[in-house]
Amino acid sequence: MFHHLAIVTPPLSGNPLVPSWTEVIWGGIAFLIVFVALWKLLLPRISTVLEERTEKIEGGLQRAEELQAEAQRVMQEYQARLDDARHEAARLREEAREQGAQIIAEMREQAQAEARRIAEAARAQIAADRQQAFASLRAEVGTLSVQLASKIVGESLDDEARQSRVVDRFLAELEASQSQASGARASS
Amino acid sequence: MNHVLAAHAASSCHIFSGCGYPSPTIQDFYFRPLFTIGDFRFDKPMLLVLLSTLIVLVFFWAAFRKPQLVPRGVQNIGELGILFVRDQVLRPQLGKKGDSWLPFLSALFFFIWINNIFGVIPILYFPATSRFAYPAILTAMVWVLYMGIGIRKQGPLGYLKNLSVPSGAPWWILPLLAPIDFLSNVFIRPFTLSVRLWANMLAGHVLLLVFAMATWYLLTWSYELVFSAASFAVLIAITGLELLIQLLQAFIFTVLTAFYISGAYEPAH
Repeated sequence: MFHHLAIVTPPLSGNPLVPSWTEVIWGGIAFLIVFVALWKLLLPRISTVLEERTEKIEGGLQRAEELQAEAQRVMQEYQARLDDARHEAARLREEAREQGAQIIAEMREQAQAEARRIAEAARAQIAADRQQAFASLRAEVGTLSVQLASKIVGESLDDEARQSRVVDRFLAELEASQSQASGARASS
Repeated sequence: MNHVLAAHAASSCHIFSGCGYPSPTIQDFYFRPLFTIGDFRFDKPMLLVLLSTLIVLVFFWAAFRKPQLVPRGVQNIGELGILFVRDQVLRPQLGKKGDSWLPFLSALFFFIWINNIFGVIPILYFPATSRFAYPAILTAMVWVLYMGIGIRKQGPLGYLKNLSVPSGAPWWILPLLAPIDFLSNVFIRPFTLSVRLWANMLAGHVLLLVFAMATWYLLTWSYELVFSAASFAVLIAITGLELLIQLLQAFIFTVLTAFYISGAYEPAH
């Protein structure tokens, strides 16, 4: 039924395990063409690219590692420098504080010395002034009181010696009376 | 398959039309020549083999013509294919020092795979590897290679010992074991290598034919339509299965080749 429609003609069939030489040679040539093209032409190109890629990737990884190590090293260095700087700053601050305290102490001492000196000088000045005033007053008061007395008693007391004797006596009497009065106050 | 189907479709051979189921025969693997030059008869499987050669060449030419460090487009796929052969087939058997075998193993894998795939490609519908000549010539090349390498690397006697004497066998069993091992390694190996591929492809093609023909044969306006639809569903499922088997057979052929070559380089442990 079916075979009269088949395109295949019966003489073509045979033992399927017995190959025809035409096909064997045809298949062999076809395979060899594929093999030689891959072997000589195509695979060498791709294998160089694959090797290059592997190298690039490995090189890239290594470079990244190196960079990381470098970054780590630099960071540690900066950290160390920063620590140094902090210590230095602390040290300077401490020094400045000490110096400041010292300066203040010195200034205070100087000021006190100056004050003492000024006070001393003022005191000496006052003492000298007092002495001077006392001396000049002693002379002035003597003259004035003699003139006053001579005017009152009409007695010429121009004689120098006499004048001074009178004044001295007067003053002595005055002192005596004062001391008597103070002694009397003390005894009473 | 399509010549059979074309003939089949042209026929009105359906169930209930007084016509028996036209089961596929070995004749479906023989083709009338497309043209002849003297004794040279050029038929469809030969055309498919030529086509597969062109496909592999054009694909890898497009992929690796100007390879870029950062792969783009078809180069990615090409690299995927080559690295699959290298990492799944070559390296496990031969190690890194066997990388010089990459062109041979890649050519084997892709040549066989593309020729297998033709079995499910519409219009073509014929795996060229289901013609025994093609697995046979590939196996012959592999056999010559591994025997040649074995004799060169281990010396004729050394390789003979490697082929015949399994390591660790007690001496008194050797008279029995050595002939079997020699026979197995020298004659049965190439036979199984080629027949495994050929028979798988032949059986797959027959399976597809059975269900494709059944789909057509049962296609009538009756309850048989259900069986026609079921046959079609099975046809689709088997097509998926065939895709897997085609890849698997190409893979197994290449892995075994790498294994035989590695055995030729150094004695088995």
